[in-house]
Amino acid sequence: MTLFLLRRLLYALPIVLGVSLVCFALVHIAPGDPLISVLPPDATDEVRARMMAAYGFDRPYHEQFLLWAWRALHGDLGMSIATARPVASEVIRAVGNTLILAVAATVIGFAFGLLFGVVAGYFRDSWIDKAASTLAVVGVSVPHYWLGMVLVIIFSSELGWLPATGMGPSGSSGWVPDLEHLKHLALPALTMSVIPMGIVARTTRALVAEILSQDFVGALRAKGLSEGGVFRHVVKNAAPTAIAVMGLQLGYLLGGSILIETVFSWPGTGFLLNNAIFQRDLPLLQGTILVLALFFVVLNLVVDVVQTLLDPRIQRA
Amino acid sequence: MSVLTSARPQVVAIEASEGYWRSVLRRFLKDKVAVAAAIVVLAIVLAALFAHWIAPMDPYAGRTFRRLRPIGTEGFPLGTDELGRDMLSRLIVGARMSLLMGVTPVLIAFGIGSVLGIAAGFIGGWFNTAVMRTVDVFYAFPSVLLAVALSGALGAGLGNAMLSLTIVFIPPIVRVAEAVTTQVRARDYVEAARASGASALTIVRVHVLGNVLGPIFVYATSLISVSMILASGLSFLGLGVRPPEPEWGLMLNTLRTAIYVQPWVAALPGLCIFVTSIAFNMFSDGLRSAMDVKA
Repeated sequence: MTLFLLRRLLYALPIVLGVSLVCFALVHIAPGDPLISVLPPDATDEVRARMMAAYGFDRPYHEQFLLWAWRALHGDLGMSIATARPVASEVIRAVGNTLILAVAATVIGFAFGLLFGVVAGYFRDSWIDKAASTLAVVGVSVPHYWLGMVLVIIFSSELGWLPATGMGPSGSSGWVPDLEHLKHLALPALTMSVIPMGIVARTTRALVAEILSQDFVGALRAKGLSEGGVFRHVVKNAAPTAIAVMGLQLGYLLGGSILIETVFSWPGTGFLLNNAIFQRDLPLLQGTILVLALFFVVLNLVVDVVQTLLDPRIQRA
Repeated sequence: MSVLTSARPQVVAIEASEGYWRSVLRRFLKDKVAVAAAIVVLAIVLAALFAHWIAPMDPYAGRTFRRLRPIGTEGFPLGTDELGRDMLSRLIVGARMSLLMGVTPVLIAFGIGSVLGIAAGFIGGWFNTAVMRTVDVFYAFPSVLLAVALSGALGAGLGNAMLSLTIVFIPPIVRVAEAVTTQVRARDYVEAARASGASALTIVRVHVLGNVLGPIFVYATSLISVSMILASGLSFLGLGVRPPEPEWGLMLNTLRTAIYVQPWVAALPGLCIFVTSIAFNMFSDGLRSAMDVKA
């Protein structure tokens, strides 16, 4: 077991290195002067040279990378060019807000996705199955930023039931799960939940159908086990895969929230990225993406380990 | 026709290809949903190609006195946008950019990804390791994040947006191409060809390409739907097409402020993205079952 964990960790290391390289390269594929938003247009060459040296832009790439990676390893992601605050603290605050949204969306998406998937898997080719399959296709085909707008039109503009934007009455500070905050969370979380819902429904349907077609289910029924008892076996067999899908979806939602956050003015990482892009705040862009991608790598690792622990059929070698 | 044959191992002969394609067509035509989706895709492509003939009005000409008219206004069946431009005409002409942005990256990625993946699968060894580990790194980024990160760093614009999306779609295509090529490489007929003295290039051309391009292509078509959503998403964020060019994602963005005035007019461009994306998805599903690809 320890050996398995070690191997899995070792395997993740080159990925982490690769991810850091890509994030580092982001600043250097950007056209133009990296200092363009810091320096006044009439800055003298001497000032420019001094600033280049201060930011380390005058050193060779590999030195810059090592320095940047060394600092990042110690939690220093540099300074935001636009706000002059440390990137790390900005990102951490934003990640918290995105996490609230992504977890809520994963819970909703999973509850309904599992429900539809299990029902569809049990009653194959019935109308419920067809409805669930349609939902699955719609879930992956719908532009979610548009779905968000449509929900705002229906529930805010037309019915006036829910707020259209923001995180709560007092902005992004002091989030607590009270009614007012949950109302603000409802529409963005519901919009986001459609993405995993379709995928989960599709995966679960296939899983349940496959498990039910296996011989051991017939044997369980033949020995007189109740349908509820059989269902327990189905759950046990489907759980590892379902949990793996859930973990990955949470990761996708964390990284892919930018469009939904833009629609709902949700002050998370997507919002931060948006600001970073349009203010050409490259350290902020780089830092946010690095944190999100590393989060995704870690999540993948956890999912892999949990799945292996839960499923005795997977070889741990 | 081409040398594409089925993924079934016994079909190798070139003569069999016509029969195979006929059977694919027959199976595809039996699938009502897939046929309907194909018709919708065709209609959208035709509308995009002949947009300037079909569009009833000039998509760029606005009048301030007729801003944000509702759906069903006389002369403007789908209303007008925030600058008083005809929505119907803008949606039709907008199909050009949206399709171009959505389909081109997948096509280019299909080309590059197939070459890399087939080479990795066929050559194996260190080359395979190098290519596949690089691909793994890109898999560590959720696709939306990677697309936004790249086009954000490169700067807004149509070319940069398409370049970013191409980079996003190469890794998944490489993975699929590598997987099917590795399978085909282990088949007996490849072994037989090698034993008979065929060169590596001949084996790839005659035996491998024909058996792997089909599955890779089907997989690539399934990415078009994702690509359409991402491409319009980039424009929606202001990273793709620039105004006043009509493009569905950008239109959705500029009409966002109008959702309290003319909500259903503002939602129209998104509906177009949705319909196109779902049609491509169902078309791809139909193609997959008709070609009997299990991937």
